[in-house]
Amino acid sequence: MPAFISVSKSQRYLLYLSEIMSMKVLVGVKRVLDPQVKARVKADKSGIDLTNAKMTMNPFCENAVEEAIRLREAGSVEEVVAISIGAAKSEETLRNALALGADRAILVLTEEVLEPLAIAKVLKAIVEKENPDLVLVGKQAIDDECNQTGQMLSALLGWPQATFASKLELINGRAQVTREVDSGLETINVNMPAVISADLRLNEPRYASLPNVMKAKRKPLDKIDLIDLGLDTANRMTTLEVMEPPARAAGVMVASVAELVEKLRNEAQVI
Amino acid sequence: MSILVIAEHDNASLVGATLNTVTAAQQIGDDIDLLIAGNGCDAAAQAAAQVAGVNRVLIADHTNLEGLLAENVANLVVSLAGNYSHVLTAATTFGKNFMPRAAALLDMSQISEISEVISTDTFVRPVYAGNAMAKVQSSDSIKFITIRTTKFEAAAETGGSATVEAVDAVTDSGLSRFIGLSSSESERVELTSASIVISGGRGMQNGENFHMLDSVADKLGAAVGASRAAVDAGFVPNDYQVGQTGKVIAPDLYIAVGISGAIQHLAGMKDSKTIVAINKDSEAPIFQVADYGLVADLFEAVPELEKAL
Repeated sequence: MPAFISVSKSQRYLLYLSEIMSMKVLVGVKRVLDPQVKARVKADKSGIDLTNAKMTMNPFCENAVEEAIRLREAGSVEEVVAISIGAAKSEETLRNALALGADRAILVLTEEVLEPLAIAKVLKAIVEKENPDLVLVGKQAIDDECNQTGQMLSALLGWPQATFASKLELINGRAQVTREVDSGLETINVNMPAVISADLRLNEPRYASLPNVMKAKRKPLDKIDLIDLGLDTANRMTTLEVMEPPARAAGVMVASVAELVEKLRNEAQVI
Repeated sequence: MSILVIAEHDNASLVGATLNTVTAAQQIGDDIDLLIAGNGCDAAAQAAAQVAGVNRVLIADHTNLEGLLAENVANLVVSLAGNYSHVLTAATTFGKNFMPRAAALLDMSQISEISEVISTDTFVRPVYAGNAMAKVQSSDSIKFITIRTTKFEAAAETGGSATVEAVDAVTDSGLSRFIGLSSSESERVELTSASIVISGGRGMQNGENFHMLDSVADKLGAAVGASRAAVDAGFVPNDYQVGQTGKVIAPDLYIAVGISGAIQHLAGMKDSKTIVAINKDSEAPIFQVADYGLVADLFEAVPELEKAL
């Protein structure tokens, strides 16, 4: 009798368990201007003034990190690897991810501000080295607001995508994802490996405890120079200028509901 | 310039955002095709043929397009994009889902959520939750663009006489399956197309109290929205959410009730023509963008407002 038939049902289950237990998640994080800080346009209109500005992990990336850690805590994932692409200071964001619970981190160093297509190419190169079963990213960054990277990465890898996720379940080697769409909640079921982009209601991100912040300093963090990856990451867009948005005219305070209704009827003429 | 607009529809008719996207396309050039992709979408294609300014309607009607999975829609768009200089769609969750995938498959970048067309290669788009506007120039040979619909008027739904041509649908990618969609049932006008919107925030205290807003909305023919805080607190479903992470809207009248005015909420409504804020906290940031502010307890002011209408 051939050996593979002699594997019992329970042994097969153990094999299956060991397979899912060895799953790896790659989670992308971006360093951005703190969302509580109002962006200031530079006087020369070349961009946003980030000098001495408070920077933080992009909120949607926090959801992605949290979900990856919860998967490991639930026993469905063995290793969580955080990755960021940017200047040396992005190490702070990665240390934050490590303090939250990521096992190790990769920083791809560049002084250039890359567009999502280039970021997706870099992530693809790292995916090909790391072979994760799942890539988790935030659905968009709150600075450039592109909402592209996850979709582009899955396209380049030929993987399925599940964007704007508010619920993720791993069932029988597939990912069942509830997505926040304009008309409500959509559910899709995708093959793995897959790229999933996190929406805010996916989870409530934890805070890093002080002991974990200390421990994170000793967790492994590999640095790679972007140039060493040998990719075409040239930007396709030139920012000609960055302007202040048109200001709204100052409003008035009304003293009563009656006055409000009168103004809406006769002054604004909107009701 | 030849422009392909990917339409959003419900099989029977076009979603309003598509009409705004056609207007953006007209500002780029006048050779505009509209793609209707779906399963059983012939009626939507017939409606699309009536839209003013559309040259051809391309219809891909196939079971593989049920649920409009990003993988299959992107492959379809890729099969057509080579004939065009620009590919446009609305920056709705539908457009945001497949468009970057299609662009990347062709090694093209995407210009997200443009608010203004400067020329065929230069556009303005809001960044940093609308606190800055970036003017960008694209060097890509095919420009993939999503449209901030509130910044473009809707094209006329009638007056056009486009031809309708079938295109081959693509094979199923086999990567993903559509399971289902659950929408919150509402008789009321859609948030994104309403000319009046009344939204509640955390100050509403619970979901029951949103019925007060319903009563006002009934009198005004308005849609009801909510801040992220109200959605996160479980008062109302996520599709009520107005803001950077929810829907971006610009109605003629926006009434914010018990909403403090976080940056991310303002990003979703500050282009409204007239903004009213009702909040008991006179320091709430929402008053900085309001045309009319009323410092009051919403539990007194909202019923009073309903009676006064």
